[in-house]
Amino acid sequence: MAKIIVVTSGKGGVGKTTSSAAIGTGIALKGHKTVIIDFDVGLRNLDLIMGCERRVVYDFVNVINKEATLSQALIKDKRTKDLFILPASQTRDKDALTIEGVQEVLEELAKEFEYIICDSPAGIEKGAQMALYFADAAIVVTNPEVSSVRDSDRILGILQSKSKRAEDGKAPIEEHLLLTRYHPGRVALGEMLSVSDVEDILAIPLLGVIPESEAVLKASNQGTPVILDTASEAGLAYMDAVDRLMGEERPLRFLEVQKKGFIKRLLGG
Amino acid sequence: MTDSGFRLKGSVVTTVLLEIQTFSLDDIVFHLKEKIDQVPHFFNQAPIIIDISKMKRGIRLEEFEVLIQSVSALGLGVIGWRCDPDALPVWNASVTIPLLPASKARPINMSPAVKEEASPDVVVKTVVEERLVPQATKVITKPIRSGQQVYAEGDLIILNQVSAGAEVLADGNIHVYGALRGRALAGVKGDVEARIFCKSMEAELVSIAGNFMLSDALRNIVWKDSAQVLLVDDSLEIVPL
Repeated sequence: MAKIIVVTSGKGGVGKTTSSAAIGTGIALKGHKTVIIDFDVGLRNLDLIMGCERRVVYDFVNVINKEATLSQALIKDKRTKDLFILPASQTRDKDALTIEGVQEVLEELAKEFEYIICDSPAGIEKGAQMALYFADAAIVVTNPEVSSVRDSDRILGILQSKSKRAEDGKAPIEEHLLLTRYHPGRVALGEMLSVSDVEDILAIPLLGVIPESEAVLKASNQGTPVILDTASEAGLAYMDAVDRLMGEERPLRFLEVQKKGFIKRLLGG
Repeated sequence: MTDSGFRLKGSVVTTVLLEIQTFSLDDIVFHLKEKIDQVPHFFNQAPIIIDISKMKRGIRLEEFEVLIQSVSALGLGVIGWRCDPDALPVWNASVTIPLLPASKARPINMSPAVKEEASPDVVVKTVVEERLVPQATKVITKPIRSGQQVYAEGDLIILNQVSAGAEVLADGNIHVYGALRGRALAGVKGDVEARIFCKSMEAELVSIAGNFMLSDALRNIVWKDSAQVLLVDDSLEIVPL
């Protein structure tokens, strides 16, 4: 039985798609057959981050409308074995998604894949609710800043009340907190919420802390999931998060302010 | 625990009283069905008492049994009957449902529209008895998240946190065994005796029977510490616990 994981946040721009791409890739790297679905119909981004935008022919909405088969729409990742992408439609809107249609696609994917990652759109409206409705687990992506934390809290409430698991009275969705764009220096200055501040407010288990890193923007623009950049702190932190998601113990790292050495300062690094 | 495996307890329930004035089975069934169709949820499986104390002419046992069957067939649960104790019919012991003691009841106010519709010869009068029903306490174990609202008719006990942007309301007291960061309104139906208790006071707003205080004021009294909120002479008091 496939595990459906929604990557959600409420607020936009916190790193949902970056995290979906990184975590999906990370799980596939561990040898699990994984598909990442872009639920952001109308604002298709996942294919860009994954660097497969030129290979999109059919999309999620085409499959729902039976204009294409799943195998026609699924894009096999060129770098990572066992990884597939189901892109969103750019020309339609979120109303093109129906519960029945999404369910049918997920059921068919579940026959073939071990992990289904649903990259949620921002907001708490139909698109976001559709992405989380069938989820078994949720990764709540949060930036260490008050409005992002508030929106994450809101989406946690929706996960508890409006998901299929909640409606069927089954075990609640597994909740994981992923803190992204964390800047230890600014936390030390009191300009940013600390890990413990966010944990205290949201009260869900911490999956990982991804430090703010130039590697993320670079990876996005190159169309490579940042997790493949093993020289970057962000890439390593994502790999740690994937390990924890798979049930392994990993200590948190990159939470301390790094003292810049003389050479580093000289080079302006 | 008792050895018998059960406990006998007193309980009070609100029921509908069907007060018969003139016995005309067809009319009763017709008008009763009309009323049920207006508010089907209210009447579905509702317990009902048939009251024949207002009947000028008596009723025969056969008629009464047919009436019970007809009322049951409309989806109501007949739980007993009532009669003027001075005019108890001779057949009273033969009825299968219990005879209940007489009590004072007042008619419910129908909306004008309903009143107009009712024809003058309507013999069915719906009477709801209002009695004080002790409200059960609502216990919640999960966190109350931003945007969620919880209301309890009695006391509300939350064994977790109440997030900023969440709202908890109760007719009675509110207990929060976690951080209270949202809004808490106790005694919303005007109970001035209601109180709020919390493990960590970080509320946006606390209110008792409409008297409220915002976080700015709370910060100066108790903040991030356990506290209770109560009403003393129309003003809120925040007391550390």
